[in-house]
Amino acid sequence: MAGFQYFPHTEEEIKVMLDRIGVKSLDDLYADVPADFLYKGEYDLPDAMSEQQVRDFFEGLAAKNPKLKVFAGAGAYDHYTPAVIPYITQRSEFLTAYTPYQCEISQGTLRYIFEYQSMICTLTGMDVSNASMYDGPTAAAEAMRMMVAQTRKKNTVLVSNTLLPNVRGVIATYAKYAGITIKEIAQEDGQTSKASLDALIAQGDVAGAIVPSVNRFGIIENLEGMADALHSDKSLLTVYCDPSALAVIKTPAEWGADVAVGDGQPLGIPLCYGGPYVGFMACRRDYMRKLPGRIVGQTTDKEGRRAFVLTLQAREQHIRREKATSNICSNESLMALWVTVYLSLMGPEGMKQVNDLCYQRSHYLYGKLLETGKFQPVFDAPFLKEFVLKPLVSPAELQKKLSDAGFFGALETEDGYVSFCVTEKRSYEEMDALVESIRK
Amino acid sequence: MSKVLEGLKYSDTHEWVKVEGEIAIIGVTDFAQKEMGEITYVDCPDVDDDVEKGSEFGALESVKAASDLFSPVSGTVTEVNDAVVDDPRLVNDDAFGNWIIKVQMSDASELDDLMDAAAYKAFIKE
Amino acid sequence: MKYYNKLIFELSKQGRTGYSLPQTCSKCAGTDAIPTALRREKQPELPQVSEMDVVRHYTNLSQMNFGVDTGFYPLGSCTMKYNPKINEEIAAMPAFAGIHPLQKDVAGADEIYKGLDQALAAITGMKHFTFKPCAGAHGELTGLMIIREYHLSRGDTRRTRIIVPDSAHGTNPASAAVCGLDVVVVKSNANGLVDVEDLRPLLDDTIAGIMMTNPNTLGLFEKDIREIASLVHASGGLLYYDGANMNPLIGTVRPGDMGFDVMHLNLHKSFSTPHGGGGPGSGPVGVCEKLVPFLGVNVSGFNGNFGVIMRAYAYILMLGRQNVKLCGKLATLGANYIKESLKDVYKLPIESVCKHEFVFDGLINDGAREDKEGACTLDVAKRLLDFGYHAPTIYFPLLFHQAIMIEPTETESKETLDGFIEVMRMIAAEAAQDPDILHGAPHNTPISRPDETTAARNPILKYWDACAC
Repeated sequence: MAGFQYFPHTEEEIKVMLDRIGVKSLDDLYADVPADFLYKGEYDLPDAMSEQQVRDFFEGLAAKNPKLKVFAGAGAYDHYTPAVIPYITQRSEFLTAYTPYQCEISQGTLRYIFEYQSMICTLTGMDVSNASMYDGPTAAAEAMRMMVAQTRKKNTVLVSNTLLPNVRGVIATYAKYAGITIKEIAQEDGQTSKASLDALIAQGDVAGAIVPSVNRFGIIENLEGMADALHSDKSLLTVYCDPSALAVIKTPAEWGADVAVGDGQPLGIPLCYGGPYVGFMACRRDYMRKLPGRIVGQTTDKEGRRAFVLTLQAREQHIRREKATSNICSNESLMALWVTVYLSLMGPEGMKQVNDLCYQRSHYLYGKLLETGKFQPVFDAPFLKEFVLKPLVSPAELQKKLSDAGFFGALETEDGYVSFCVTEKRSYEEMDALVESIRK
Repeated sequence: MSKVLEGLKYSDTHEWVKVEGEIAIIGVTDFAQKEMGEITYVDCPDVDDDVEKGSEFGALESVKAASDLFSPVSGTVTEVNDAVVDDPRLVNDDAFGNWIIKVQMSDASELDDLMDAAAYKAFIKE
Repeated sequence: MKYYNKLIFELSKQGRTGYSLPQTCSKCAGTDAIPTALRREKQPELPQVSEMDVVRHYTNLSQMNFGVDTGFYPLGSCTMKYNPKINEEIAAMPAFAGIHPLQKDVAGADEIYKGLDQALAAITGMKHFTFKPCAGAHGELTGLMIIREYHLSRGDTRRTRIIVPDSAHGTNPASAAVCGLDVVVVKSNANGLVDVEDLRPLLDDTIAGIMMTNPNTLGLFEKDIREIASLVHASGGLLYYDGANMNPLIGTVRPGDMGFDVMHLNLHKSFSTPHGGGGPGSGPVGVCEKLVPFLGVNVSGFNGNFGVIMRAYAYILMLGRQNVKLCGKLATLGANYIKESLKDVYKLPIESVCKHEFVFDGLINDGAREDKEGACTLDVAKRLLDFGYHAPTIYFPLLFHQAIMIEPTETESKETLDGFIEVMRMIAAEAAQDPDILHGAPHNTPISRPDETTAARNPILKYWDACAC
């Protein structure tokens, strides 16, 4: 047998081990498998590569990817990742550990999750956060399930048309199989229509509603009165948010929401073609026992020292099985660490500055694009880093011009608009070049 | 040895019932609290919720387990014991002294299906 | 490992900064121009710390943690194999990390999906995979949705029940419930395998299918799988394969050949990607040919956990057709070696060759006497921590009261297994002599056993909860 660096066994050792077991060959360990299930063919895989060959292979693939400056958002935002984050998250004590089942040797993981939960609570204004979910859209789907579970006999959830399409899509999937009825709250001037919400509540059976705080047009929504309307119907409000924006805009708690969800990706996580990201989910203390996923709590050890443990586990699948609040077993722990380190570095002032930079640069681009005469404005509402325009040329043509000039943007929305997003990473030079490529 | 009180009715899911007129006062037995270990949370229905004989109305939780509570009678919840919700330890301290819910019974004949103290004693010995 | 007692909030000093950002434009409006009604009242209470504060703090936290790179991690059903370092470099390549998920014509990234799809199909005997699920349980849910779609597409609306063995992972019944299916439990027989006679009467036209883990959570191969598959198929149901236990079959047996229609894989278990303290994982779902039209079920935001998918593909390319054949066999060798070396001191409930893992039912001699309680499985687990080993999975599966579930993996050497065996024997001897040594364990870890009851009764779930009381 040729050596392989991940398998440490020598032939001699294999023999000794087989002797201890009392069998003659490795194949004998599969004597209980019906013979015709033992795969006899050659596996249709490439020849084993050396480390250098693998590196070359991926570098070859990397060269085939277009290298574009990102002026797009729609749920994934190109914010800067400070060098400290990958340095910390690559520490093997964090990277190669599993879920902190043995708390005595997992205090590192448990402490950063506790810090993460605290940070999500201060950003959203909520009382309780879980240890994280897969991504924003699945967190929204879990919020839908939680609202139905909490309000017991009601089975309809209202979903705003101004939520990102991928969030609405995942909610619809989960709802379909759970037998939950979804009704869409209409859009009015680019925002969730309060009149439509009221009308749908009046139809009855509403367990809750999910609305965005910054929506798919980039507009900062005014959610005034929505929580009251729902609460007087004994229904709940979930707000889907961009956690980076929450450093400056009104929190879900200030809007009177019961649950806050969203994707932590804008907090320094690279785009990485869609993942891994991290969903967050927080709620008021009243609903703590219905919150899905892992939760870390503080306690003391036998000597009275501060210690952290996984807690409120009776909600979870390994105890409740089919009666659990959710089937979720893992969290996105390492990505939660990513977010925690980011927020530690940024602090309240850094978060304010990131938002100011986004605000200034996106408004600069907004003005410059209108000046080209190739667009018309659509909505007159405050935005932070993302906005839509009505193009006077075809979106495909626009996108082609942009990519030829080295940019990715002008995403077409379902309403025929195009959207742009500007983060602090995009310079004024890049914006001018983008505008120039469109003017041509 | 688990305590069993005379004069109460018992279900095979380890709830006890004390009857006061049309009201059934419901708790869990000493045997049940011992099986659970340290109880960390008592999940209760709301007042005015309907309960049905044999179906779950709440749950007990400990650190590593959860156990559903089943109603021994049908009817409407008239009262919930906030004391045990606030401090679940009370159930461990005295399971018979700390009831969980009171139910206005819709069919008192359902009580006939429950065990008396002697039958329950024999039941938990098995 | 040493105890370190800070939280990042406790290092905070008003006015200290750890960030580096471009200057804002002093003449332009900023977020203060947003109407007051839309702005938050107070700034969030995030810490204000320097870059070095952050680096030291998290380095100190990491030193209270145990990973696969620290030592042996025989956590049953979790497949804690070595995480190759080259994979980390590849996943961090800027040409991949900088791609927006909605970008089109990303040829390099798309080839990774295609290549991994083919490789996983070759290893499992499935036709195609979807990579949208972000974890194993997420894959289970996706697979069950595919099963429901299949039945619905044929107008078969009655199949809303799913059979799950009593030995299954807790996620199986939970995923079924989230998918709107009612769970029907099939019992295990005395040999720890699905009882075919118990299964037979359960099969009717309301059954959507069966979820099987093979080898099951006892590490035993379900020998009757052929009969089970033909019974379930004959009744119109489908077979779901829980890939959590795929590792021993890699390179030896393919679920597709056993009659499974749908399966998930845990790339973070079988294909070496790091567990990251609980995630991110990736749970691609593979299906047989007739289910390919239903693979598009939309369960996550974008393209799945691409960073994890890249790592798994790099690992498979290094395995190649040559090394793949040994992967499962060496994992199985290690598990049987430990089992045979310890079964005279730990109770082995089912005497049989196991696959990648096996389950003991506590100590043979727990040291119990008149005035002293014996050592239980929790005590054994905690004592292992003192000797620099992670504990096995404990109290699962639920079939036994004192379950200790041990899974080595093929990346552990004989010396490592011998060291673990020696310590397990020593702990058994300690228990027999004086169980109190175990009751008090662990003694050498950053903290001792915590008070979990108080944590659950009075939950302190964020920094400010503790300050308030």
